[in-house]
Amino acid sequence: MITTFAGALNTGLRRALEDDPKVILMGEDIGRLGGVFRVTDALQKDFGNNRVVDTPLAESGIVGTAFGMALRGYRPVCEIQFDGFVYPAFDQIVSHVAKIHYRTQGKVHAPITIRIPFGGGIGSVEHHSESPEAYFAHTAGLRVMTPSTPADAYSMIRQAIALDDPVIFFEPKRRYWDKADVDFVALDRDGGLPADRARVCATGTDATIVAYGGTVATALSAAKIAGEEGHSLEVIDLRSLSPIDFDTIAESVAKTGRLVITHEAPVFAGLGAEIAARITERCFYYLEAPVLRVGGFDIPYPPAKLEKFHLPDPDRILAAVDRTLAA
Amino acid sequence: MPDKVEYPVQLVQPDGRRVLDREHAALVADVGPELLRKMYEDMVVTRRIDTEATALQRQGQLGLWAPLLGQEATQVGSAHALYPDDYVFCSYREAAVAYCRGVNPSEITRLWRGVAHSCWDPSAVNMTNPNIIVGSQGLHATGYAYAAHLDGAEIATIAYFGDGASSQGDIAEALGFASSWSAPVVFLCQNNHWAISEPVRVQSQTPIVRRAYGYGIPGVQVDGNDALAVLAVTRQAVARARSGGGPSFIEAITYRMGPHTTADDPTRYRSSAETEQWARRDPIDRLRRLLERESLFDSSFQRSVADRADEVARQVRTSTIEMPDPGPMDLFEHVYAAPHALITEERRAYAEYLAGDPSEAAARPEGVPS
Ligand SMILES: Cc1ncc(C[n+]2csc(CCOP(=O)(O)OP(=O)(O)O)c2C)c(N)n1
Repeated sequence: MITTFAGALNTGLRRALEDDPKVILMGEDIGRLGGVFRVTDALQKDFGNNRVVDTPLAESGIVGTAFGMALRGYRPVCEIQFDGFVYPAFDQIVSHVAKIHYRTQGKVHAPITIRIPFGGGIGSVEHHSESPEAYFAHTAGLRVMTPSTPADAYSMIRQAIALDDPVIFFEPKRRYWDKADVDFVALDRDGGLPADRARVCATGTDATIVAYGGTVATALSAAKIAGEEGHSLEVIDLRSLSPIDFDTIAESVAKTGRLVITHEAPVFAGLGAEIAARITERCFYYLEAPVLRVGGFDIPYPPAKLEKFHLPDPDRILAAVDRTLAA
Repeated sequence: MPDKVEYPVQLVQPDGRRVLDREHAALVADVGPELLRKMYEDMVVTRRIDTEATALQRQGQLGLWAPLLGQEATQVGSAHALYPDDYVFCSYREAAVAYCRGVNPSEITRLWRGVAHSCWDPSAVNMTNPNIIVGSQGLHATGYAYAAHLDGAEIATIAYFGDGASSQGDIAEALGFASSWSAPVVFLCQNNHWAISEPVRVQSQTPIVRRAYGYGIPGVQVDGNDALAVLAVTRQAVARARSGGGPSFIEAITYRMGPHTTADDPTRYRSSAETEQWARRDPIDRLRRLLERESLFDSSFQRSVADRADEVARQVRTSTIEMPDPGPMDLFEHVYAAPHALITEERRAYAEYLAGDPSEAAARPEGVPS
């Protein structure tokens, strides 16, 4: 079935609500409006306002009450309206949601999914384009995921909700309107690729590009251009940011000998640094060149008229590819 | 200021007749034709700014705009109660307050065009730039007010926020701090009935002003579409702050006539009947009717107001369209106040990359000689 990324998430949430009466959606404007991106469109109409709950405008409240509900056996799926608004909920997430399993020696868990539209590229105002994934990946006890295609959006949201661990679920907002043919029946049958596995989405032999979320499509266009210039690039969509599937990356690097990592988040102390370090440890003798990173600059997310310079584009990725190939 | 919620303060009825309210009328007893007409003009002009900005967004000249349509009386009325040395903390919808503070209309759309994160110089008009994180400015205002108090400055600080914002922990904490410190801060909640798609009952089952009472902060509800009433209660709160009386809370009952922002579609969540009902309480019409009743509204006045509105609208339009786009190297400006090695290095590498030496530049490791 042809669906948008947002539509695939909507279907995934709908199935989750159908399958388990303990699943409950909560957030600002998710009811009648269907969320500002319409991801929860029509769900309140079909499931009622006890299952799809418009909350007061308070993020710490959303996550804190979801935590309480989880302690009583519910599986809350929280929507944070935009990336930049998750910070008021930060304490609830890192101090409580992330740590309860450890603090209770496994007796209590918090199966909460926190959906966060993230990243830029939509020309928004301040606080609407952030990539805060490193804060969460840095916090033990949280799983962090980000799909980049409609099919993954569907299968990964379902896996996230089914998990007994808390999941920070980043949705690359500039992909919400991307369309694809999704085979929901097949995904329901086999569950789709496990969410903690990376996917090789273009095969190649000269260099590996690791991307996730909004930059996967950018990396794929870079690979296409490189192909026309006679360079064969392998592109890996990470999908899970905690844990990271280093096996898939290492396997690719063992073949290509070269690695470029790209993400929208600032490069300094970002996920690229972690990947570079691990892959250097694991693949030191395979690497023909230093691992390179192409990311956002180490600045606050800039105003809309500047984001085209800030976001990694195919040119900047290819410049890094050229450097790694020249080494 | 009494703890009064059952009857929102009103000094002018929708048909323009004055209301007999001795206590509050006394607060505006000195308001003569000049100020009434000035408030009317400011409301008409700011509605024009708002319409122009909405049109500019529709034409692709602005990325986004948060209309204030319908809230002119609350914004203009309260702004006229402030002194130049008072300090204003706003959210993102207070373009009319900004205009009354003396912000150059050419600067109002800068952030919304996406050329910068700011509009005007806050210290030039004692008013912050738009604040997007809902509710956070309540704490900032409280801190500013307390600092002013420590300095011995006899000024008021005012925080504008919405009914949705009143749910944020930051607002609750601000009320706690303001009360604890007896900070000279005025909390002005513009209850415009909607937080994007959520009706005010999702935020509160009691009048929002009652929250202040729990913190020992006096508050009042006012008809937010009545500029004179808003002027009166804000004057009272400002006087209280300036004379060391501590914090106050005003809940202005008004209505957001337009969408939440230009990206919003209000037909998905509210009825046109509701909007039409509020249109009959239009704040500009109300003040015009008062002026007419008191023979202060004639065609020459009307023309001068229209001329001013045209002029300001033209200013907003031209300045917006002519705002130059920032260049790529502007990315690295103002990240830190003092030089910072990482930024210096990134700026250099990016400049080299842009200069067209991609094989060399993009991210050469620091400390590696070229
Ligand atoms: C912390 C935070 N959460 C969510 C948002 C998204 N958001 C922007 S405005 C808004 C509604 C605000 O309603 P209200 O406070 O009543 O003010 P109004 O827009 O009606 O003026 C929401 C949910 C935000 N900007 N900041």
